[in-house]
Amino acid sequence: MAQPLQRCGDGLFPSAALAAEIWNRLAFEPANPVEIDQIMHIPDGYLSPSTCATFYVVAASGWYAALKRIKRLLATRAIPLISVFAAFCFVVMMFNVPLPGGTTGHAVGVGISAIVLGPWGSILAISIALAIQALFFGDGGITTLGANCFNMAMVGSFTAYAVYRLVAANSDLKSRQRVLAAAIAGYVAINASALVTAVELGIQPRLFHDSSGTPLYAPYPLHVAIPAMMIGHLTFAGLAEAVIAAGMVSYLQRADLGLLSGVSGGSGFAATPPPASATTTAGASAEPSPGRLWWIVACLMLFTPLGILAAGTAWGEWSSSAFMNPHARDQIAATSGNHAPPSSVPAGIQRLSNIWTAPFPGYAPSFIRNQMFGYLLSAIFGVGFLALLALVARAIGRKWSTGNLRL
Amino acid sequence: MSRNATRNSSRNTSRNSFLESTLQGFARAVSKALQSEQAATQPGLLQQLDPRVRVLGILALVVSVILCRRPEAIAAIFLVAVALAVASRVSLTSLARRVWLVVLGFSGVIAVPALFLTPGQPLFTAPALHLSISVQGVRTAVLLVLRVETAATLTTVLVLSTAWTHILKALRSLHLPAEIVTMLAMTHRYVFLLIETANQMFESRQSRTVGILSGAERRRMTTRTAGVLLSKSIELSQGVYLAMLSRGFRGDVRLLNDFRLQPRDYVSLTAFFLTACVAVWMGR
Repeated sequence: MAQPLQRCGDGLFPSAALAAEIWNRLAFEPANPVEIDQIMHIPDGYLSPSTCATFYVVAASGWYAALKRIKRLLATRAIPLISVFAAFCFVVMMFNVPLPGGTTGHAVGVGISAIVLGPWGSILAISIALAIQALFFGDGGITTLGANCFNMAMVGSFTAYAVYRLVAANSDLKSRQRVLAAAIAGYVAINASALVTAVELGIQPRLFHDSSGTPLYAPYPLHVAIPAMMIGHLTFAGLAEAVIAAGMVSYLQRADLGLLSGVSGGSGFAATPPPASATTTAGASAEPSPGRLWWIVACLMLFTPLGILAAGTAWGEWSSSAFMNPHARDQIAATSGNHAPPSSVPAGIQRLSNIWTAPFPGYAPSFIRNQMFGYLLSAIFGVGFLALLALVARAIGRKWSTGNLRL
Repeated sequence: MSRNATRNSSRNTSRNSFLESTLQGFARAVSKALQSEQAATQPGLLQQLDPRVRVLGILALVVSVILCRRPEAIAAIFLVAVALAVASRVSLTSLARRVWLVVLGFSGVIAVPALFLTPGQPLFTAPALHLSISVQGVRTAVLLVLRVETAATLTTVLVLSTAWTHILKALRSLHLPAEIVTMLAMTHRYVFLLIETANQMFESRQSRTVGILSGAERRRMTTRTAGVLLSKSIELSQGVYLAMLSRGFRGDVRLLNDFRLQPRDYVSLTAFFLTACVAVWMGR
């Protein structure tokens, strides 16, 4: 016979422990093998296609850089180490971590991962774990995988690593300062990830809504999304991450100090050099080739017309003529919480708008009718201009270093 | 662990129930993996198609769900997903338990406040409570829940109809880097080994636990277990690395690609893309 539910609070809303208990009693199988409270795994449908595409491009750049760096550091050891560590992260995400107050929470493992592997290795390990969750267990969306990896693997890993380095400073590997640093790193990292997630969700209704004002994706604006996401993470999820990171660093200080030694050197345990036998052709060929980088830049340029998909106008990017155009005024009002814009062009905008006339205003040169080609041409022009600047800077740098430059 | 055993154990509420919850989580993950592997061998519609066609086709439908702006179009794709599940012998009961009810419970709860918080034309007002439901609020809540339900159903149908090794090979033939595919394959393999290891550690600890542990003791126990698991993982990775070296691994990853597209695969792929395009056009 089922036991009566224990009331965990006297407020109107049940506490997290009671909610978890109700969930267990209902005996639903969570879609998520790591339990349902992993709300940072954004499912399909919460983010617009252009947001998803943007984060895939950003995440792909991060994965490429991380893979190159890790292969250079580890050569042939990279694949088994990252794979098994990703499996470890996956399993740790399933641990029910007891928290002060009698409830439990789940950690992502990003804190300990960044401390042991360094940020680049951590990006790969957490991303692989998230990909397995999305592709094999259907937890977290497929279209949102790029955003999820960016939030948890990239933002989380770099934040955890930076905070750990900052707080641990040059303290002894066995000092309590390291344990404290791990706790703070895990806590801050998971909250940074949650904040980025909340911002991604919170900008959806402003950017993507139909003509009647119906939000097409995540429905809550920033002032609702951020507190809703942060309350849970500043309390339960952040604590769970802090407990796991600090507890494991404390354990490793006594049992396996070697795993903590690499991080002070700059890139985590993964940075310790591989055995001589392991340095093979893979290590030698790990230098990034300029040809490939150019291909990536070309692919990124092809993605530039994605901006056309964005509905409405970008907030704050208004021209002086927009204030006099009725349609543009409606769009400004719609993206500004229905606050009507001033009836005339603000004097400051009017004055400054005449200082410079862009050659390709609105990414659409006047001689091109097709907006998509306009975007592509602008991308080619912009990249070409930056490449030229880089070449000039490199030439100046070389002359400077050889002492031939006279100023 | 059977479902009944899992449910009964969850009723033994105690302060040490975090151990049982963790063990249940492990059992659920393994059970889901077994369910997927079994369903993938059923002689269904999707199972007969080339895995690349399945992956690309389902992905096209998921993207169309995200692009659609009208609930009617998304509902039509949902029906297509259900038809695909039935034709692929994926149990609707399993889908309902694994996806529909869970999504309704999760995204439904998230969507409900949107009924009241979304500004717009009032549809219903409760003067005593100073609450009003807007047309825009209803529309956004329906859009959100339908989208998540449909995308999750499609993903689950793909997962349940395709062996993991086939998904990986399909990803490789779609030009995902070989290193990433190899890491995904190895991670998937060692996830179950580490789940088994962690399961044994928790079970042995549970069998030695008498009485109620304090909060600090419980946290220490969990983090120590995680620490031991980390040490074992690193040890395992070194063992795997040596084994790979002994088999002649030199850093280059090569994967077999023995898929051959049949005429029915071309027809199916066309059908998937046409459905996705029509849905996007209907839902624009």
